[in-house]
Amino acid sequence: MSNFEYASAPESKAIANIATSYGLFIGGKFVDPRKGKSFETINPATEEVLSKIGYADKLDVDLAVKSARSAFTKVWSKTPAKERGKYLYRIARILQERAREFAVVETLDNGKPIRESRDTDIPLAAAHFFYHAGWADKLEYAGFGNKPKPVGVVGQIIPWNFPLLMLAWKIAPALAAGNTVVLKPAETTPLTALLFAQVCQQAGLPEGVVNIITGDGITGAALVNHPDINKVAFTGSTEVGKAIARSISATNKSATLELGGKAANLVFEDAAIDEAVEGIVNGIFFNQGHVCCAGSRLLVQENVADEILEKLKARMSLIRVGDPMDKNTDLGAINSKEQLKRIHEITKSGDAEGANRWSPECKLPSKGFWYPPTIFTGVSQSHRIAREEIFGPVLSVLTFRTPAEGIEKANNTMYGLSAGIWSDKGAKILWAAKQLKAGVIWSNTFNKFDPASPFGGYKESGWGREGGRHGLSGYLKSDMKASK
Amino acid sequence: MIIDGSESSLKKFLAELSPVDQVGAEARAVMLATRSIKTTSKAWAIDTAISMVDLTTLEGADSPGKVKALCAKAVRPDPTDLTVPSVGAICVYNDMVKIARSELDAIGGKDIPVAAVATAFPSGRASIAVKKIDTQDALDAGANEIDMVIDRGAFLSGKLGEVFEEIKTIKEICGNKAHLKVILETGELVTYDNVRKASYLAMLAGADFIKTSTGKVAPAATAPVVMVMLEAVRDYFALTGSRIGVKPAGGIRTTKDAIRQLVLVNETAGSEWLKPSLFRIGASALLNDLLMQRMKLRTGHYAGANYVTVD
Repeated sequence: MSNFEYASAPESKAIANIATSYGLFIGGKFVDPRKGKSFETINPATEEVLSKIGYADKLDVDLAVKSARSAFTKVWSKTPAKERGKYLYRIARILQERAREFAVVETLDNGKPIRESRDTDIPLAAAHFFYHAGWADKLEYAGFGNKPKPVGVVGQIIPWNFPLLMLAWKIAPALAAGNTVVLKPAETTPLTALLFAQVCQQAGLPEGVVNIITGDGITGAALVNHPDINKVAFTGSTEVGKAIARSISATNKSATLELGGKAANLVFEDAAIDEAVEGIVNGIFFNQGHVCCAGSRLLVQENVADEILEKLKARMSLIRVGDPMDKNTDLGAINSKEQLKRIHEITKSGDAEGANRWSPECKLPSKGFWYPPTIFTGVSQSHRIAREEIFGPVLSVLTFRTPAEGIEKANNTMYGLSAGIWSDKGAKILWAAKQLKAGVIWSNTFNKFDPASPFGGYKESGWGREGGRHGLSGYLKSDMKASK
Repeated sequence: MIIDGSESSLKKFLAELSPVDQVGAEARAVMLATRSIKTTSKAWAIDTAISMVDLTTLEGADSPGKVKALCAKAVRPDPTDLTVPSVGAICVYNDMVKIARSELDAIGGKDIPVAAVATAFPSGRASIAVKKIDTQDALDAGANEIDMVIDRGAFLSGKLGEVFEEIKTIKEICGNKAHLKVILETGELVTYDNVRKASYLAMLAGADFIKTSTGKVAPAATAPVVMVMLEAVRDYFALTGSRIGVKPAGGIRTTKDAIRQLVLVNETAGSEWLKPSLFRIGASALLNDLLMQRMKLRTGHYAGANYVTVD
């Protein structure tokens, strides 16, 4: 062996106790859907069926909302705040105790590398519960008036890219603020949410405070349109977000929407080049680029573009694509056939419109859904691949000549979720951060998340913030507002 | 020529190097430490690491007996298993070079080089005249490699030309008789920017190897420091076409540490560097841990400490 080949180092599946079928989690129990319909969830890396999942229709959604309403009125709104905090701490600890099991199930159901579910998704999900547990009995000091009140029953719909983490972003603040929830995980990644339902049972959470219903877009629409929910919290595509905004427009429901993005990662000539290259790779290839805040547009100053691209290509050649369960895998499977189709469709437009495609040599597995790490150079602002969210491991590279031009191009998008700035000059970073129209701005790093830091977008990237004090406010009715 | 030899051209070149972002560099090193090296690749890595060890004794109490024992260990690290490769080199103080060289030659270790720490090791605080004599003395005794220390005081006070000239002078004395390893003592340079600058300075002045530390100062060969040096040799190769070696020394005590070093090499400079002529690990205690892990892989159970030799 002349090269240092890494022998396969698979994480064991033995710890994942996936049942052959799951019902809906309503009123603290797993129940069969009324009409007995179900669908399958598969491992996108192998196309093997993992489990049969109950399909919730309108009647089931109604049951779940009723259960949440009853738990809100009879139990949760009367539970002292510090007791709510205790439940959240308990959930956080159980998530930590069962972290490996959650990581394995997440990787099997989603296709993301075990290294990421183990080191990022699950620890961050637990951190969200710990953080919000601390808020539960301190809400009167959070700056929302003396006695901020929960909004009531919240309908929550989460995407497939970070299944458990998005669940934590939704459920932890909602419960801390005293709401009850009906949560619908994505159709392709329901398993960790169902595992979380077991955690709620294990933690002794009062029945009906958390309800988890599984299904597709129709299930989601039934939840959004249910007359007895007070708020919708949605993370997903801008298209669906707009539909939700329309459907709640003549109601009293409030909404938090975390939608798409086409983030600019701005690399200035004075950046630390090696670390910028790392940041570019992390920005777009983390989680197969299935990240709403992914740094999918690289804007690099023209005088360092050649050097950056050369180093980026060398670095991309080291990305290990393949079995997500292998502890050394960097890039896992695309989550679904539909998503893979979408990536193919939009990248083909990149070829047709004259951008230059490059991928390192890599062998893709024959089964499952795969896309190689890819960059397009020679991209201009008018190309589709520079404007539309690809949601895959595909980076569009553009150049700029002056800082002002860089900012102008960065802001020239219908989105505004995140942005990255790479420079060794503090003053330039602060200047650029002020000009960028994005909800989250990272400097000399990318894709860093913390429960204390608010996350959300400008423009078509959404409404409201999640995380931190700002995120909490979306789950509270301030008594200051009421008195005005 | 990248620089014309003047201090101003050297300073200009070093000033134009891209900075290192501390947080980013450390995060990358942490990520690479999560690589899981198992079964066949672990076996390969252990043997490769053994062949890269610069088996070292640098104590005031070093004696001919101690050095001879070390030589025996270098040639046959595990007397019960002759498939274990010999180590990369023996590293000793000047006055032990002759003993080490003749002992190695006598016991079948002709191919194992002897490295001498010259130039007023470890502090480097001596006049250039003394450093020259020190180097010549080591060469005369039969040293195949010279591990010199840079003048960190001069580097930190901005006298880069002085550091450069000193390395150049020692390199001239080494000629083609001995490889020159230049010890940066990164624990005293402190910042990654300094590590990068000193790496280039040493390479431009003629180093065949750049080495992290003397082993007498902590921190020594931390993962991000080694990574920054590996980036430097990689980029220097792109610039000049010549490959310079890297030697982390100090603080690498376990097989896990050593394998992490190999991962750093593999995913930073590249697999071209994964050979003893371009990567060495300065260590003493490490070898026995490598041997014990090797036994574990072969037999399936851990041997007691008395199943490897103490030297």
